Amino acid sequence: MNLYSNVDILETINMIRSENLDIRTITMGISLFDCVSDDIGTLCDRIYDKITKTAQNLVQTGRDIEKKYGVPIIHKRVSVTPISLIGGRADPDGYVKIAKALDHAAESVGINFIGGFTAITQKGMTLGAASLLEAIPQAISETKFLCSSVNAASTKAGINMDAIVKCAGIIKQLAYLTKDDQSIGCAKFVVFANAPDDNPFMAGAFNGVGEPESVINVGVSGPGVVASAIRRAGECDLSALAEIVKKTAFKITRVGQLVAREASEKLNVPFGIVDLSLAPTPAIGDSVAHIIEEMGIEKCGGCGTTACLAILNDAVKKGGVMASSHVGGLSGAFIPVSEDAGMISAVTCGALSIEKLEAMTAVCSVGLDMIAIPGDTPEAVIGGLIADEISIGVVNTKTTAVRVIPAYGKKVGDKVSFGGLLGDAPVMQISTYSPEKFISRGGRIPAPIHSLKN
Amino acid sequence: MKAIITVTGIDGVGIVASVSTVCAKYGVNINDISQSVIGEYFAMIMVANIDEITIPFNEFVDIIEALGKEKGLVINAMHEDIFSSMHRI
Repeated sequence: MNLYSNVDILETINMIRSENLDIRTITMGISLFDCVSDDIGTLCDRIYDKITKTAQNLVQTGRDIEKKYGVPIIHKRVSVTPISLIGGRADPDGYVKIAKALDHAAESVGINFIGGFTAITQKGMTLGAASLLEAIPQAISETKFLCSSVNAASTKAGINMDAIVKCAGIIKQLAYLTKDDQSIGCAKFVVFANAPDDNPFMAGAFNGVGEPESVINVGVSGPGVVASAIRRAGECDLSALAEIVKKTAFKITRVGQLVAREASEKLNVPFGIVDLSLAPTPAIGDSVAHIIEEMGIEKCGGCGTTACLAILNDAVKKGGVMASSHVGGLSGAFIPVSEDAGMISAVTCGALSIEKLEAMTAVCSVGLDMIAIPGDTPEAVIGGLIADEISIGVVNTKTTAVRVIPAYGKKVGDKVSFGGLLGDAPVMQISTYSPEKFISRGGRIPAPIHSLKN
Repeated sequence: MKAIITVTGIDGVGIVASVSTVCAKYGVNINDISQSVIGEYFAMIMVANIDEITIPFNEFVDIIEALGKEKGLVINAMHEDIFSSMHRI
């Protein structure tokens, strides 16, 4: 006797074929601590060898699982130990060499992104972190697959404003250096508060210090499945609505758990976590904004949007957590503007502003994500924007992040098109009142009182 | 181990025969078939045992999908674990 009915079979097939259910990413975390060397050439060779050996079967295994279960697995990726921790005495030029070795390794194993060109700076900057930060603009603009991140704050340590100021400068440089390509370099750099060690999603993935030698982390997706379930439910009250989201999230996550377990077995690499994030794509019917609109807001960004997102985020976690043995990463709804057809439409018609997006990030992961702003936005304004967003994360003991694109030569009303899953970003209005005096004070914002839990 | 084979498309002569011929050729034993025709549309769900399959399952998936293309139908074969994971605790 089968454990499921024909209705169940058709529901699963419909989720995959019509509602864009997919596994967004299988990300293999790889520790690079054993690659350390005082010679930069040796370090780069060891990094290349370790990644290409450990991840050699990752892409093919992903394809095999995809075929076996009939569920698309969009990305196969690698995250590595934060490079600032293994660079030793490397100068910025040395860090650029490491970046190129990582990029070369990514190309050799056939993945589409490699994350971990990362510095951990919440309390201050080591020499390695400072050199890595200096190298980021060149490293990102001269590589194809590399992603970079900086953890600039944590609830425990407070906010390192000096790091944030540097990050604002990096963002402007990246926009300029990749200006012929719509400032795409900014899409590969993210500034974090409370960055998770096991996040499988780019651009912020890295393999944290407490992680194993290698590990499989899986990110699920499925905003389209949730939106369709709400649509089918018709008129129901909010308790019933939350219940529908929970049940749907459970089913989506079970697929993630199945894929993670299978990948872990086939690759002989321990299973880490399933990340429960609802990750949108620019495809029609794969939008988080459309879930909010299905819940009853005329256009995403209208009053009530934050409440809807809070319901969604909470119900996704409650449903997902029972479906997987280990949940981690970012685990929440993503609200990247350029990667979500509904968000793009809401921004274009004026329903959704940066200020509203900032409010929304207080109740979901991950932050101000894939937002294009005018190319002439001053560094201090970008620094202020990052500080605001990071404060939300620090005070609320959650991850927040900023991935913002001051699109070179573009102004409000223009559009930048990255293509593929990065999508299109309408250039948004941002307050031009200067936070220069505040930003230039530098130093650290003390950790909030509720960080003292011991 | 079991696989679920689904077939959808415009109804015609010999659909069940062509799918079951491919199954038999590769040692896939059909346990259960449910099918219906609504208007001109044909839909079938087959539960099949793949313990004795003579080729790797992923190759069978390619062959059965190619058969679908040839016949103007959508035919998919999926390992049953995706259904049992999703619908049973």
